[in-house]
Amino acid sequence: MANKIITFLEQRNGILKKSSLETAKEAVKLASALNYEVEAVAIGNNVEDLESVGKYGIGKVTFFKSESLANYSSSAYAALVSDYAKTTDADILLFSNTAMGKDLAPLVCVKLAAGILMDCVSLEVSSGEITATRPVFAGKALVEAKITSQKKIFTLRPNVFNIGELADNKAEVTAKNVENPDLRTKVVEVKKSEGKLDVAEAEIIVSGGRGLKAPENFHLVEELADTLGAAVGASRAVVDAGWRPHSEQVGQTGKTVSPNLYIAVGISGAIQHLAGMSSSKYIVAINKDKDAPIFGVADYGIAGDIFEVLPALTEEIKKIKG
Amino acid sequence: MKIAVCVSHVPDTATKIVIGSDSKTIDPNGVTYIINPYDEFAVEEALKTKEKLGGEVVVISLGKEANKETIRKALAMGADQGVLLKDDLQRDPVAVAKALSEEIKAQGAELVFFGKQSVDYDNSITGQLTAEMLGYNCVSVVVDLKIEGSKIIAEREIEGGREVVETSLPAVITAQKGLNEPRYASLKGIMAAKKKVIEEKPAQQSGKTLEILKMKKPAMKQPGRIIGTDKTAVAELVRLLKEEAKVI
Repeated sequence: MANKIITFLEQRNGILKKSSLETAKEAVKLASALNYEVEAVAIGNNVEDLESVGKYGIGKVTFFKSESLANYSSSAYAALVSDYAKTTDADILLFSNTAMGKDLAPLVCVKLAAGILMDCVSLEVSSGEITATRPVFAGKALVEAKITSQKKIFTLRPNVFNIGELADNKAEVTAKNVENPDLRTKVVEVKKSEGKLDVAEAEIIVSGGRGLKAPENFHLVEELADTLGAAVGASRAVVDAGWRPHSEQVGQTGKTVSPNLYIAVGISGAIQHLAGMSSSKYIVAINKDKDAPIFGVADYGIAGDIFEVLPALTEEIKKIKG
Repeated sequence: MKIAVCVSHVPDTATKIVIGSDSKTIDPNGVTYIINPYDEFAVEEALKTKEKLGGEVVVISLGKEANKETIRKALAMGADQGVLLKDDLQRDPVAVAKALSEEIKAQGAELVFFGKQSVDYDNSITGQLTAEMLGYNCVSVVVDLKIEGSKIIAEREIEGGREVVETSLPAVITAQKGLNEPRYASLKGIMAAKKKVIEEKPAQQSGKTLEILKMKKPAMKQPGRIIGTDKTAVAELVRLLKEEAKVI
């Protein structure tokens, strides 16, 4: 038994994702608690500064490189990661619970005959066993579980695991050119939503609901979001009404989010919405109705007219941002 | 072409979750169960594909007797036949995928639809696991789908955009909201569904990979503070966010 953990480093446009660094740091912690070795795997064409993962405690990175792997290909990526895990006899693999991680980890799981726990918010080691905690029912409950098979895969929720202190080390990067990757499934184009931050990744989210009264009033939410460098979110009601795209929906049939700051504007707080955002570190609610359920989860609230409060808030934040 | 669509039977999203007496599952008392919301998009896409390319749609659900309501709903929308794989494996996605893949293989379906996730255990991987077990190609979280011959062009949602994915049949597609507008079952459809056969069989058993230790409610947030009722409270709010919460 090799007693090895592999952590997958996700890149988009050649840049490592922050969530992958959180996952790498957690892999190092886990390896130390289990007395395992840890290393990282990356796939792409030109990925910037892979050595920098040394700062998170990773000593070794294997980088599978090919022009045709610059974009994601589930068939090729899954084959490379699982073959590498087999070669190194790794028992534990960590991925971020991102669009790519959620697509890739299950394919690797089958190839390795592993067990899998998705979207973990904590991993605890006791007597050499890992207990994972993951939200279910969009966060209305939590499950503690362990994987009973030899090979184990965990995906970690972004924005939850602290990076903490960084070391002053560089990782040793070994690039391996990939000949003839399996491109049965490949991304031929990436369409970006123009200049927008995604709620799943943002550290601050400003979300609007029916209290905004009309789609044209959403500019108030957008202006505050721009000022804060935040993503724009939306409640189900306004998505179903066609005011906002589904990609912005926060809640049980939208995205479950855990930002540092969640500002709910004109959202009363249906149970499905609360489920999706209540694990945010700080919640601000601005809503006319002081009895709205959103105030039950908010750290700070203003029970007032959003058309008056929101522009004032944007101005005040502009002031401190200089 | 034989098209399969896998559906799960889940608590209504408005359900308040109460932990059951075993501390491992929810208390089902008073819970209304519905077809998993994302599976409605999967059923609709299966029906649209059948209307375009011909063939037959089989609905497969794994679970208990009550899952028949959800199968019946898909039959009323227009699916041709239903299969209930009786078991209680829902908390182990690998075991669920194994049972589903065996049935899909037996059905000879070349194209399989799933919802992108079930809104109960939120794993969002059953489709991908099943695809890999079958050796099929897979595109998950799909918001746009074109099938021409055996070629598939699908758009999947990612952070801040979409990926356009090219692949081919046989394949598994997992449906995201936005892929289509699910149709309502017509009265004719509901009547016809009553006559359609739902085949029942035991789910294939395979090794479990997970052990659920405990289910619990998340820690309650401390009740917050209402700082004010108009814009005069804004300065204080910004001060608290900056100095107390340190989030801006």
